[in-house]
Amino acid sequence: MPEGDTGWKRAFEADIISTVEFNYSGDLLATGDKGGRVVIFQKEQEIVSPLRVAVSSTRHSCGARSQHLPYVAMPQLSNKSRLHSRGEYNVYSTFQSHEPEFDYLKSLEIEEKINKIRWLPQQNAAHFLLSTNDKTIKLWKISERDKRAEGYNLKDEDGRLRDPFRITALRVPILKPMDLMVEASPRRIFANAHTYHINSISVNSDHETYLSADDLRINLWHLEITDRSFNIVDIKPVNMEELTEVITAAEFHPHQCNVFVYSSSKGTIRLCDMRSSALCDRHSKFFEEPEDPSSRSFFSEIISSISDVKFSHSGRYMMTRDYLSVKVWDLNMETRPVETYQVHEYLRSKLCSLYENDCIFDKFECCWSGSDSALMTGSYNNFFRMFDRSMRRDVTLEASRESSKPRAILKPRKVCTGGKRKKDEISVDSLDFNKKILHTAWHPLDNIIAVAATNNLYIFQDKAN
Amino acid sequence: MFARGIKRKCFDGEEDIEGTLAGFKSVPSYNLQRQSLLDMSLVKLQLCHMLVEPNLCRSVLIANTVRQIQEEMTQDGTWQVINAQNTGQASLDRLVSSDILCRSTKEQNEGKLVPSYSGFSKDFENTPSQDIISDLSTVTSVQAPRNPQSNNVWEMENSQENRGNFQKSLDQIFETLENKNPNSVEDLFSDVDNSYYDLDTVLTGMMNNTKMGHCDVLESFSSQTTTNSNSNCKSDINELDHIVEILVES
Repeated sequence: MPEGDTGWKRAFEADIISTVEFNYSGDLLATGDKGGRVVIFQKEQEIVSPLRVAVSSTRHSCGARSQHLPYVAMPQLSNKSRLHSRGEYNVYSTFQSHEPEFDYLKSLEIEEKINKIRWLPQQNAAHFLLSTNDKTIKLWKISERDKRAEGYNLKDEDGRLRDPFRITALRVPILKPMDLMVEASPRRIFANAHTYHINSISVNSDHETYLSADDLRINLWHLEITDRSFNIVDIKPVNMEELTEVITAAEFHPHQCNVFVYSSSKGTIRLCDMRSSALCDRHSKFFEEPEDPSSRSFFSEIISSISDVKFSHSGRYMMTRDYLSVKVWDLNMETRPVETYQVHEYLRSKLCSLYENDCIFDKFECCWSGSDSALMTGSYNNFFRMFDRSMRRDVTLEASRESSKPRAILKPRKVCTGGKRKKDEISVDSLDFNKKILHTAWHPLDNIIAVAATNNLYIFQDKAN
Repeated sequence: MFARGIKRKCFDGEEDIEGTLAGFKSVPSYNLQRQSLLDMSLVKLQLCHMLVEPNLCRSVLIANTVRQIQEEMTQDGTWQVINAQNTGQASLDRLVSSDILCRSTKEQNEGKLVPSYSGFSKDFENTPSQDIISDLSTVTSVQAPRNPQSNNVWEMENSQENRGNFQKSLDQIFETLENKNPNSVEDLFSDVDNSYYDLDTVLTGMMNNTKMGHCDVLESFSSQTTTNSNSNCKSDINELDHIVEILVES
């Protein structure tokens, strides 16, 4: 491959978004990419008082009621317009969080790709977030500077030191406004605690500790202490030949600081209570849905592997994403989920091809709406799916330049599974499996969503009444 | 595309396979496709070690799939059948394909087609790619199938010149693969051949022995050998096919 081509491809690859996360207020939206960069967007201060639109109140008839298009009970979503004065997101800060490293012991490169970003709750004027690659977690402080001091005694305006013998009078420096500067500085580096690749980080509700999970272990950290962490879960077998299951995701409970869950590649979720023992190898609760024997195949285990687990904001439910579906679990019932939503069931007959091209190993994330009434997850062909739990409705939307002109309303999409393809439908064979939406985020309070499509970020908001 | 090249070889001697497998399984095509899945999985396991760092979750899932297939094949008795297979270029190639991809314990276990999981465990520990290459070069010295009729294929090992030839061919493969960044290696597998959809239908419903039309399935595979023209493949895949052909002594 000629040198030029390789260089261009690498530049393109570095922009692939690998994580998206709103902060607690929703004013800031952070994205991490494959090149180790973090880009933070900030919501513009709104001029008018914000229209707080909850999902339940926008249940008006939107979209044509027809036999072919699904009735969209969801709020209509439109792309953010630059002209509209209703809080749009602009770039706030950009910084290089992680650099590629080389592990000399194993002769392997450590990717700088940002796997996860998690915000800390805001405690003062500065913002803090945790970002992690495969091996190292960093705590970043993002602070604003909009004033600068002028009139120093010991140095000139351009910074040169003044000759002390020339100073004949003393003055008090004055603070003068300057153009807003946003600075990001690494405050803590939590390194060398993970042999395997970190897949999750989660900030505890005590705001003092957080967990980091790799394929086989979960560690508990204190935000102030970087030179040690506590191992709280270890599923590494003594003999690696016996390894059949890995940890795929982990999260702290939103309110109970002693409770966390972790999911596995076998489709199980374990809930652990840190009060029971120091090493939480024994779970307090074990969630697994019995397998349906009629749909068993060689790919059953692979598609049951859970790629993401998220607690609801209420803390009463949790949601898991496996390859073909999203499941909602009641924490009080371990035997089966209370709700199951099919994301792209039409792929079930294509599993062998998807295994061959490795798409079956794609890890899709999922998220709750602020009120827990809706769920969202991604699919292929730049499609993403939203499920309204109360109305039992779902919709497929597309994040692409063509369908997302500013202020345009997103049109529901439909995949044709067989037989005659209707107009506006897409057949399964035409889906582009390189266009995958793995990362989505929902504003914690408003109906604003962020969707990452390869190297593009789309922000959609609920259309105002 | 290891799987593709070998599959072409497989179905050259289709009739032989059917003849020998008949009586063991009512759906011989299922066995062949299960074997293809096994081959594909083994290729994936090996290839993933050539990338930056193996994805442990993916490796574990593929290894579990391999284990599952092997367990089923052992229960069926087809595992023994394949071991006893000594007729037909096609069956030999199938053995060869697994051999290339399995660990060197083959040299010790003559006649046994058992991928060594101790090898996989080593992989899980993130061995550098150089180790894999040297291991594989040792393995390929085992298969020197000049005479496909020979019963003891596994005993024909360590012919000095064969070792040299295969080492060179292997080096060529790895050179081709190493020059690519991870994405293009995955691209090798991203060609979704339409005929694989038939594979899907058979395999995903297969545990309940739902029958596919034999003719349809076999037809799709035999047509693959003729219609799967090089124009569909990238030029580097052609190169890879060429190298695989050298290896399997077409």
